[in-house]
Amino acid sequence: MSLGNIFDIAGSGMTAQSLRLNTTASNIANAETASSSTDSAYRARKPVFAAIQQAMLNPDQQGFGTGSAEGPGAGVRVEGILESDAELQMRYEPNHPGANEDGYVFYPNVNVVEEMADMMSSSRSFQMNVDVMNTAKSMMQRILTLGQQ
Amino acid sequence: MAITFDKALGIHEHALQARVQRAEVLANNLANADTPGFKARDIDFQAMMQQAQESVSGLSMNRTHHGHMDTSSPGANGELMYRTPHQPSIDGNTVDAQEEQSRFMRNAMDYQASFQFLSSKFSGLTKAIKGE
Repeated sequence: MSLGNIFDIAGSGMTAQSLRLNTTASNIANAETASSSTDSAYRARKPVFAAIQQAMLNPDQQGFGTGSAEGPGAGVRVEGILESDAELQMRYEPNHPGANEDGYVFYPNVNVVEEMADMMSSSRSFQMNVDVMNTAKSMMQRILTLGQQ
Repeated sequence: MAITFDKALGIHEHALQARVQRAEVLANNLANADTPGFKARDIDFQAMMQQAQESVSGLSMNRTHHGHMDTSSPGANGELMYRTPHQPSIDGNTVDAQEEQSRFMRNAMDYQASFQFLSSKFSGLTKAIKGE
């Protein structure tokens, strides 16, 4: 328990959100990447977030709130990045250099509108974590002036 | 009669401590604003303060018989409690980012207030020592 933990928590949030922004950027950049087979086609990537429990970090040392089963929590982590199972877009483009023998190319299952919404959401969440960190910083600076006049 | 910091500082020390704890819980809620299945939590500041007030004033209730009921409110020792969501999202997340953020800011302001009280307690002590 200390103000220092808030920096770790906000930092983990910022890391997770910037990774989410990274996958969004990758998805949008590859939205028009055609390929000749379903296996090699780009699929939309999504990060999966999970909460970090303090008990996971140090099981023997219990913080405040020992009455409840879980501690106050220690931020967020990215459990992994999943590829979307949504159907790929199959387009008939016989003149495309990557077209298969039937004349079809496969476009990624990236929904650009969804990605844009995701982008805004992650950027807002990132800002929120920055705000939290700034507030924690000013709280910490205040405590250093205790007893000064 | 010894002068102790505990007596001189009173409740404000506990208040500041509780504010820091609450800030940590709220920061965790905000960091997990996009985590599926995460349930927003908070501590009951009022119950904690009541407990601290009783321990500072020495007027807390004792259970001298096993039949006595525990009258302390839940959450008095800083237990985390789950928030009742207004509109939980479909992935099971109950964090309302705007609400949490306003609570966090409010908590930071209240922290400043508690800090001010504590700070003036210290300057009072300094004055007393110097004999001004």
